[in-house]
Amino acid sequence: MENSLLNRIGVPRLIISLFLAFLVAAAFSYGLPMGQIFSAMLTRFGMNALLVLAMIPTIQAGAGPNFGLPFGIICGLVGTTLAIELDLRGFPALFFAIAVSIPLGAVAGWLYGLLLNRVKGQEMTVGTYMGFSIVSLMCIFWLMAPYNSPEMIWPYGGEGLRVTVVLDGRMEQLLDRFLSFSVGSVVVPTGLLLVTALCCVLLWAFLRTRTGLAMSIVGANPRFAEASGLNVNKYRMLSSIISCAMGAAGIVIYSQSYGFIQLYQAPLYMALYSVSAILIGGASLQRATISQALIGTFLFNALLVIALPVANVAMSSDISEIMRVIISNGIILYALTRKEVGGDAR
Amino acid sequence: MKKFLQRNIVPLVFLVLCTIGFRYSGLSWMFFANDLMTRLARNSFLVISLIIPVLAGMGLNFGIVLGAMAGQFAAFITVVHNMTGMTGFLAACAMSIPFAILFGWLTGILFNNAKGKEMITGLILGFFANGLYQLVCLILVGWVIPISNKALLLPSGTGFVNTIDLKIWQYALDKFYVLRFKTITIPGLKYLNNINIPVLTLVVVAVLCTLVVLLFRTKLGQDLRAVGQNRHIAEVAGIKVDRVRIIAVIFSTVLAAWGQLIFLQNIGNVQVYGSHVQVGTFAVAALLIGGATVSRATIGQALLGTVLFHALFIVSPLAGKNIMGSAQVGEYFRVFIAYGVIGIALALHAWQRLAKPGKK
Repeated sequence: MENSLLNRIGVPRLIISLFLAFLVAAAFSYGLPMGQIFSAMLTRFGMNALLVLAMIPTIQAGAGPNFGLPFGIICGLVGTTLAIELDLRGFPALFFAIAVSIPLGAVAGWLYGLLLNRVKGQEMTVGTYMGFSIVSLMCIFWLMAPYNSPEMIWPYGGEGLRVTVVLDGRMEQLLDRFLSFSVGSVVVPTGLLLVTALCCVLLWAFLRTRTGLAMSIVGANPRFAEASGLNVNKYRMLSSIISCAMGAAGIVIYSQSYGFIQLYQAPLYMALYSVSAILIGGASLQRATISQALIGTFLFNALLVIALPVANVAMSSDISEIMRVIISNGIILYALTRKEVGGDAR
Repeated sequence: MKKFLQRNIVPLVFLVLCTIGFRYSGLSWMFFANDLMTRLARNSFLVISLIIPVLAGMGLNFGIVLGAMAGQFAAFITVVHNMTGMTGFLAACAMSIPFAILFGWLTGILFNNAKGKEMITGLILGFFANGLYQLVCLILVGWVIPISNKALLLPSGTGFVNTIDLKIWQYALDKFYVLRFKTITIPGLKYLNNINIPVLTLVVVAVLCTLVVLLFRTKLGQDLRAVGQNRHIAEVAGIKVDRVRIIAVIFSTVLAAWGQLIFLQNIGNVQVYGSHVQVGTFAVAALLIGGATVSRATIGQALLGTVLFHALFIVSPLAGKNIMGSAQVGEYFRVFIAYGVIGIALALHAWQRLAKPGKK
């Protein structure tokens, strides 16, 4: 095989890497502050990593990338807003938010799993629209919910929560600053990266347990799994629960690093960005590994971080948002049209 | 009776919802009916454009967003060249055809590479195309593509402004001949008094409905149906399945482009970065509310769905305000309904297909 190396790296990953290298070179030549840019890359990587890792369980269990991630995300947002409502600060706030989010996310994942098991083969379409509808239903919740914290409601007689809630002084960049150090002018968000690493290890360990292996078998070949006495629906359900719980915790970590909680329509397309990140990492709709998730998260976010300043200098117009839309959806389209290796055993 | 209920449960539920909403909104019948008539005239065509791919077994074509974009490109051209009135509108319709055929052809090829996943592909394609569309309209226009009319561009000289005025051919169809009854005294039809009926728009819609029906009587139409019922049998019977599917998408895209133009001539301006974004979602939701499914849709369902969906659109902000004390709730509620209805319909369809193992 003369192009086996190309096959192993994958065409999209190659193109994105080259593009990224090109942009880094361009940034150097324009004399942009590289320290800041690399710091931002690390931070954005840590911010998004858990949300992308959340794709792995459902892909492995054969339910495709979790387009229903908003189910988990809104649970995380509920957890975070509750922490502020109770006037918690610092690590207690963060731990409380995560501790509330995970069980809520698990329940949402269970409900979503019930749905997924009834719509085998159409998980992606159904998940996307169910995700969209839950986000718009929650818009009504944010508007009507009896929150009282002055930091979250509109100051002058508006109704409901603000569109973005500032986390300043609550848990803004709590993990990012934890044990943070600088190499030259690059600030390393140690705590954030440690948490990401911890999640990876936990997921890695889980995938190697009996249950985790069974889940992967269910995804790889449902008929074989059924024949060897595995309950396919049970494992798909489990994957959905884990995925949504990870999504819930993921958005808490995302929000603390970002410094804002984004409510209302903000979670609408988050699932799509996570899906595209893992696909850029080289995953397919049927198989995904932790390293693919990490590589994809890094490539995707690094590209977005560096594109903005470069585009600003080079063409004085903001192309990075447009690029994000084109790249993220382009990669999903590519994955959708790829011939499935081994075929779908459903 | 029970069968009737079962078959029409979705439209009936929405009829009840609309009735409740109408009562609580406190709107006058005349305002409501006029608004509904306008919306029916301007939106039904986009919904009808979904029918052909459904019957060809490709599900709901979320890719009609590309058709809407084709229509908008054509509209921009007429604005730049200042083509007014009916001429401008017809020129836009004509010029949208090459764009729409190109987009539809590409969409069709893409769908053929993602058989069985057309809906999610179409949805993502819509987002993707929107990115490219922004690239063209925001970056390339004025920079690579010269535009003689500088008033359309942002102060920096590249990119279209957010809103482009279409006054030059606004109401080209709608105000061509407006019928307004004043003196109907027959009890049941009295409600039609004082409603402005845009006759030409409705005639155009009716003609195109007829053409769609006639299309299915032709050889091509029969092929479409055969492909829709079973791709493999159609293939064996000597039908070029891939080609037929591409044709179905091209038809749908061209119709969507015209649909968008009809929509725009009523609205009177283009939100350059917004008018087309929700076209797919709203049209699909309307079709489903009319009682269609992923594999079965009729023109009647399309029209009924448009009426019900837009009735809900009209009443929900005011009903939300009167019931929950907030107009915003009504707004979010109708977005929720649009997404929710699609989600549930797709879920039910997938569920039923699994429940019936005999069929695929």
